Amino acid sequence: MSDATLSTVPPAAMPARRSRPPLALLTSPLLAVVLIGLWHLYVVQSGVSAFILPSPLAVWNALLELLATPSTWTHTLATVQATLAGFLIALVLGVAMGAVLAKLPWLEQTLNPFIVASQVVPKVALVPLFVVWFGFGMTSKVIIAAVIAFFPIFTGTLRGVKSVDLGHRDVMTAFNASPLQRALALDLPSSLPYILVGAEVGIVLAIIGAVIGEYLGGNLGLGYLLIAKMNAYETDMLFAVIALLTAVGFGFYIITVALRRAIIPWHESVAGPK
Amino acid sequence: MNAVTEIELAGVEKRYSVPGGGAVHALSHTDLSVRKGEFLVLLGPSGCGKTTLLRMVGGLLAPSAGQINIGGRSLWRGTARDPAALNELGMVFQDANLFPWRSIERNVALPLELRRVPRAARLDRARALCRTVGLAGFEKRWPRELSGGMRQRAAIARALAGDPEILLMDEPFGALDAMTREAMNIETQRIWMETGKTVILVTHSISEAVFLADRVVLLSPRPGRIDSIHEIELPRPRTPETQTLPAFQAHVRDLRRRLEAVS
Repeated sequence: MSDATLSTVPPAAMPARRSRPPLALLTSPLLAVVLIGLWHLYVVQSGVSAFILPSPLAVWNALLELLATPSTWTHTLATVQATLAGFLIALVLGVAMGAVLAKLPWLEQTLNPFIVASQVVPKVALVPLFVVWFGFGMTSKVIIAAVIAFFPIFTGTLRGVKSVDLGHRDVMTAFNASPLQRALALDLPSSLPYILVGAEVGIVLAIIGAVIGEYLGGNLGLGYLLIAKMNAYETDMLFAVIALLTAVGFGFYIITVALRRAIIPWHESVAGPK
Repeated sequence: MNAVTEIELAGVEKRYSVPGGGAVHALSHTDLSVRKGEFLVLLGPSGCGKTTLLRMVGGLLAPSAGQINIGGRSLWRGTARDPAALNELGMVFQDANLFPWRSIERNVALPLELRRVPRAARLDRARALCRTVGLAGFEKRWPRELSGGMRQRAAIARALAGDPEILLMDEPFGALDAMTREAMNIETQRIWMETGKTVILVTHSISEAVFLADRVVLLSPRPGRIDSIHEIELPRPRTPETQTLPAFQAHVRDLRRRLEAVS
């Protein structure tokens, strides 16, 4: 069939995105049940101390108790706030700096040794310094989260803007686009997949940053709660807080995936291979 | 044929300096005028400067010397470009270069968006152009959902969006399979005859050149320069049967002989 005849008849709607095979809807929960079962068996058979490893049932009860405690939500909110604030700061600064450095190669070359150095230094090592500078409150946590989340977003943006297709640049040049039009209509959308990958890594790192900040000081947040439960030898509660933190992380993950689908529906990572 | 000159090249040259010293003479002193409404084909082996020439006319590459006039206006002032002259140019590349994050109609409307044409007006125009190039029904699709030939149709529509006088095509069908390519040649002729644009098309296919051209400009390499200009006076519209005419084959034979001599 020639291209001419093809073009006059729109094909049927593209097949919908392949959905998760229904089998996995059955096997994934089954695997969870098996793992929890093994855990329970081990606790019962080995007689391990509840301070070391509580039984699944004990953890479940602790979780229910934790969720029923009003102060839990204050702690959760504090961690979520620090994570989001740090992440947003990292997003704005990372995208702005990445975009600027991608456009100014001389500046990138000048700053490159410093960027590499700041990438290489274990950011966790800076945490005590931030506490000295900004105290035990919210500010330290937000800054730690921002510093840790910054780099994947920054490098993602830098790489994204630099890898804008040469042919696409030619199109903008041929149609006489202004520098601002080029940035908004080409550089930004073209870099979005890179920025979003950076943001997905960044949000997870921001949670880590916030929790680490809470380890060190203050009396608020899920990180603080973890340390408090550890010091009180409430291992079942420790597990429950970990479960709650995991749920929070999972929530952030679901939001970033949904955002990716909404923002770049055209991209292979969302639409699947052709 | 209207005798008004649309594009005028006078003493145009391009040299590139090579890292480590020396220079490549991509195109030596070239004079050429293209008539309004003419279909001109630049044909030549690789390294003959045909793409360099087209990119200089298209405002993508500043000439090292000489003057390029578009509709009487000088396109280049040093490395700056005259926006009024640029508005008369629509460029089609070897790759369709559609933006994957834009639907077909929004890709076609891009040049109008850059000129700040209101949204409703530019989308109306884009949809009309989609019909012109045979893409009706595909306006809302992503580029990735279209075949190579259809993407190139969209690229032609985009080049026509700003209603330029001149269409510049840089080996537009080089990446397509033979059958699609032939269909696209017929489509290109139809679009050219319907719109009355002046067209410069670069190719290294002799039969494509003879099929489409009013005049074929043969370029030779090292340094790139115009070797000869061949008038192709075959009746329009040309069809696949045109290729069986003795006159068609004589042109192909002449060009092939000349091309072998200069390569």
